[in-house]
Amino acid sequence: MKLSGGDLLLRALKEEGVKFIFGYPGGAALHIYDSIFKQKACDHILVRHEQGATHAADGYSRATGKPGVALVTSGPGATNAITGLATAYMDSIPLVVISGQVQSHLIGTDSFQETDMIGISRPIVKHSFIVQNTQDIPRIIQEAFHIATTGRPGPVVIDIPKDKTDPSKLYEYKKPKEVSLRSYQPRVLPHPGQIKKACKNILSAERPVIYAGGGVILGNAHKELMALNKLLKAPVTNTLMGLGVYPAKDKYFMGMLGMHGTYQANMAMHNADVIIAIGARFDDRITNTPSLFAPNARIIHIDVDPASISKIINADIPIVGQVKESLNALIKEIKRSKIKIDTEALESWNQQIAQWREKHGLDHELYLKKNKSQMILPQVVVQELYHATNGNAWVTSDVGQHQMFVAQYYHFNKPRRWVNSGGLGTMGFGLPAAMGVKLAFPKDEVVCVTGEGSIQMCIQELSTCLQYNLPIKIININNEALGMVRQWQDMNYGGRHSASTYSDSLPNFVKLAESYGHIGMKVTKKEDLKKTLDKAFSMKDRLVFVDVYVDPNEHVYPMLVAPNGSMKDMWIKKNIKA
Amino acid sequence: MKRIISILIENKPGALARVVGLFHQRGYNIETLNVGPVFDGSYSRMTVTTRGSENDVEQITKQINKIIDVIKVSDLTEGEHHEYEFIMVKFKHNEKIQKILKKLNGRIHEKNKHAIVMSAWSTSSDIEIAIKAIGKANLFEIVRSGSIGLHEGEKVLKI
Repeated sequence: MKLSGGDLLLRALKEEGVKFIFGYPGGAALHIYDSIFKQKACDHILVRHEQGATHAADGYSRATGKPGVALVTSGPGATNAITGLATAYMDSIPLVVISGQVQSHLIGTDSFQETDMIGISRPIVKHSFIVQNTQDIPRIIQEAFHIATTGRPGPVVIDIPKDKTDPSKLYEYKKPKEVSLRSYQPRVLPHPGQIKKACKNILSAERPVIYAGGGVILGNAHKELMALNKLLKAPVTNTLMGLGVYPAKDKYFMGMLGMHGTYQANMAMHNADVIIAIGARFDDRITNTPSLFAPNARIIHIDVDPASISKIINADIPIVGQVKESLNALIKEIKRSKIKIDTEALESWNQQIAQWREKHGLDHELYLKKNKSQMILPQVVVQELYHATNGNAWVTSDVGQHQMFVAQYYHFNKPRRWVNSGGLGTMGFGLPAAMGVKLAFPKDEVVCVTGEGSIQMCIQELSTCLQYNLPIKIININNEALGMVRQWQDMNYGGRHSASTYSDSLPNFVKLAESYGHIGMKVTKKEDLKKTLDKAFSMKDRLVFVDVYVDPNEHVYPMLVAPNGSMKDMWIKKNIKA
Repeated sequence: MKRIISILIENKPGALARVVGLFHQRGYNIETLNVGPVFDGSYSRMTVTTRGSENDVEQITKQINKIIDVIKVSDLTEGEHHEYEFIMVKFKHNEKIQKILKKLNGRIHEKNKHAIVMSAWSTSSDIEIAIKAIGKANLFEIVRSGSIGLHEGEKVLKI
């Protein structure tokens, strides 16, 4: 049977196992939307803004490990998808974003809703395609999914001129049995010689640290990481993107590292003699001043992307390879090696870390403590949330103080449970991402922790949540200010709160939630927090928006001292440097 | 330090833009750029010259390698190599300019009462010296191909 371009596309998506398409229709995409109407394999989720479509597809992908799919029209539809593409690109999330384009003969004429999507998205995609022949659509889809999901994953754009989906022009459905791209061979196995060198260094280390990032999640290698540390018994820290890949409850876990990392994790990094970096990229939010980074450490760096290695921090032992295969090779080598771990040295290293934790570690029992202030602490909101959900929820967040508080105080024990925009730091990510997660795991508790600033950047998706019955719980940590901006202004700009407050013009979030057909709850008093959260979570089939007013003067600590600081230089509390 | 980067890439629409865009994106400058189809025409060979430290060039070549359409990347300046550049010059009748260009494999293509058109080729450092010597007087216009080059010996850029 011959098919139109739109039907070819939908069949190709079905063959890739696509369950959900997040999208928004418009002129150039209408033939495709007609093809969507005629099939049942993929559910289309109509968002309220294309940014929401890309973030929802992104959230779906982060939670499931499968590629997310978004569909937008040309022009403004395409440009609205850009922030979501950049977000996915920075965190290496596999997305396939299909954009309608004006008809081929109109391209370049400044026609209605025309924009050069391929040009605009070029620096923020792993690859992009423009469909020139309709019969290529199945092959292009196949290649797009292959490129998005292999090697270092990332978003791929497919731009389809409207005439290529013309319903009156029909073609055979044909595609190659498997993808073969002469310029792209993503599978790389670790070099055995490098594995041997790494093993030798690790086993003779006295102060080793495992520094594991989002790459371990993307490479589905959390079990291998656990297995490695069963042998090593070394302290482990996770990046913001890596949280959950090593269980927070494990005794060797030190918490997150970096800008707002724990005291013990940052101190351990600074004082380590061997750092084993796995699927992490020495981001500037980790290293502080690169020239002062971990002065006495040998760096072993495992990454699938050779461009990540020695980009910021020179790697003494680079290992280019898939994380899973690399860790398996390393484990095998360690088991085979005759070098004995210096258990005495390691024991005193772990003790040192325990002392650091004792001295300036985070207080995970703030919620039990009485203090005179009537104001709710934002950290306590996260701690209460952790208990109200038994630590089992999927948690998405937006960007700012609330994001850091979740990273610090919600203990993630499983990979993928923590969904946030780490690299790009995109406000507005949390709610649409939570929709993607909830669609993937409808029976599980999905929470979006946000702030009154971030939530207003994609608030329109509350309507989508009603349409598709997505009973997400939104915890709005409301400090009536752009908290992280305000914190920097407090610390670096003499407390001049330039353009960071709006307390006199915030919406009534309870009424807002209600007008979208959801439940709204407001908490201002400490004694109401726990019971309100319990009540919200007891309403299984409703979206509940919990608006919690917190102490606006709280800052996120620890915080690395910048500029010219190293990882050991931290603000521990207001005006107290460690 | 000047670097000559050779790239074998799919001859597809937009492929060149991906390479050129990347230099800007990552904060590097392109000094010269040459590109043309090779083999069966489904490949292009690019030569880009840029300036940077060893670390810079390592980072550039790694990033270029990540472009899906790129098949091979190599820094010619890493080892022994051949490198040449071709120029065309239009100038007012002038013995001095003719002499300079003659020394660089120069050829006269057109000679009329208004101007002389000549081509020449040599290493880009010789070309640079010649351009300085020609000066601005009597010169109408000049066009440069940008460096092209190959590795010395057995080393080649192919699939």
